[in-house]
Amino acid sequence: MAYSEKVIDHYTNPKNVGTLDKSSKSVGTGLVGAPECGDVMRLQIEVDEATGMIMDAKFKTFGCGSAIASSSLATEWLKGKSIDEALTVDNMDFVEELNLPPVKIHCSVLAEDAIKAAINDYRVKNGKEAIKFEESVVH
Amino acid sequence: MLKLPIYLDNNATTPMDPRVLEAMTPYFLEHFGNAASRNHPFGWEAEEAVDYAREQVAKLVGADPKEIIFTSGATEGDNLAIKGVYEMYASKGNHIITATTEHKAVLDTCKHIEKTGGEVTYLQVKRDGLIDLKELEAAIKPTTILIAIMYANNEIGTVQPIRQITAIAKKHGVLFFTDAVQAVGKIPVDVIKDGIDLMAFTAHKMYGPKGIGALYVRRKNPRVKVTAQMDGGGHERGMRSGTLNVPGIVGFGKACELCRLEMEADTKRVSILRDKLETELMKLEEAYINGSTEHRLPHVTNISFKHVEGEGLLMGFNKNIALSSGSACTSASLEPSYVLKALGLGDDLAHSSLRFGLGRFTNEEQIDYTVKAISETVLKLRDMSPLWEMYKEGIDLDSIEWAAH
Repeated sequence: MAYSEKVIDHYTNPKNVGTLDKSSKSVGTGLVGAPECGDVMRLQIEVDEATGMIMDAKFKTFGCGSAIASSSLATEWLKGKSIDEALTVDNMDFVEELNLPPVKIHCSVLAEDAIKAAINDYRVKNGKEAIKFEESVVH
Repeated sequence: MLKLPIYLDNNATTPMDPRVLEAMTPYFLEHFGNAASRNHPFGWEAEEAVDYAREQVAKLVGADPKEIIFTSGATEGDNLAIKGVYEMYASKGNHIITATTEHKAVLDTCKHIEKTGGEVTYLQVKRDGLIDLKELEAAIKPTTILIAIMYANNEIGTVQPIRQITAIAKKHGVLFFTDAVQAVGKIPVDVIKDGIDLMAFTAHKMYGPKGIGALYVRRKNPRVKVTAQMDGGGHERGMRSGTLNVPGIVGFGKACELCRLEMEADTKRVSILRDKLETELMKLEEAYINGSTEHRLPHVTNISFKHVEGEGLLMGFNKNIALSSGSACTSASLEPSYVLKALGLGDDLAHSSLRFGLGRFTNEEQIDYTVKAISETVLKLRDMSPLWEMYKEGIDLDSIEWAAH
């Protein structure tokens, strides 16, 4: 199985690896996946409260190259987006951008789930209700 | 000069020894005859070459040449042995005992037999990958006709106590079959001393060509018979029809001869390299060797690097080093290795494993390069792993409710 160049690039030079202060009110953390399944993603966003813009995004991922690439790409996409814009990111966007094969679609689903989980964590921390998302179909 | 990529997946297949190819070449070209052609020199030459190769193969495992049945490989050998015994000894019983860590060619053959009315007991293995001899003996019933236990495991290299197993089989009058693909040519295997009744092995795991293997079928004490699984010209004493693959057989014979002559020196050299590789990699934190280190093939090690996922790890160097992982992601099924799970490893450790299979052409320079590349990648990926971060913060990962997907 050969990886696409974009997956290899993100794997080799991952963007925004790191940790934000999860106790901060302006930081939302999404931790998705499970060690037994072979992939765990942690995606964090730092939101400017006044503008609702995502100022910073960081990730750490346990998983295959496609999972690492999907999370690295997610942080790149999220930076500079508003929360509302971030919510429109769909798993198929990752599949297209990274040219993921069918067997790796679950990595893209995980990345989408991580974004949603981070946003909800931020919302709850700031006294808003968590958004109820429909179960992702491709798992 | 170090030549890349480095091949450390010798349990999957081995490169051919150039001396084997050299022996085979004439049998593709001038000596192309059919070994069953009795009436002209082309047939005679082919037959003579097959007879000689059969002796070379038999000699490596301490068998009589007449006891060697050539097959297309070990999958066919496994099928022929298990299904062949099941059908031949149907009047005696229908029960087979095997183990959960067997190769798929054995497990799926047993499942097939269950569908046709047979009964199969799958023995669990202990944490070190070995079967429990007491459990084996307790599983034997009056209807048991066959015990099928592999000589050495393909993923972790664990070598089963074959002589003790065959002693139990003999005591109860049950036939013993072993898939010895990983052991023959690597460690001494002797069908007489080991008390084996049937044994499958293959050329391409011992520096011979692909597409040729053998089933040893004992002729004395007891005389064992298997029902043929393919109808045809009645080749190979009626047990395996089909025109003989003469060049393949010649290559197999040569490969066996080389193993017989060079095994001792090869094993000594390769086990030193394996030990070096293992010692260096075990210097990493949270690294675990899977399976017995005491009863193990000399050229194999299987190591889990906790909190790093196997496929992600392989990606760090697989352009330059050929290895396998027990991770789900390297298989089509998305399930991690059933062998590692059978040892009682958690899925997380199974996902984090690498299998190293060294071989005749592995050298120290390659091992040094591999140690460096793997160590660097493990460290890099751990810096990127949320699980590693939690582990370092002292968080119990089992206490977290993971959203399994």
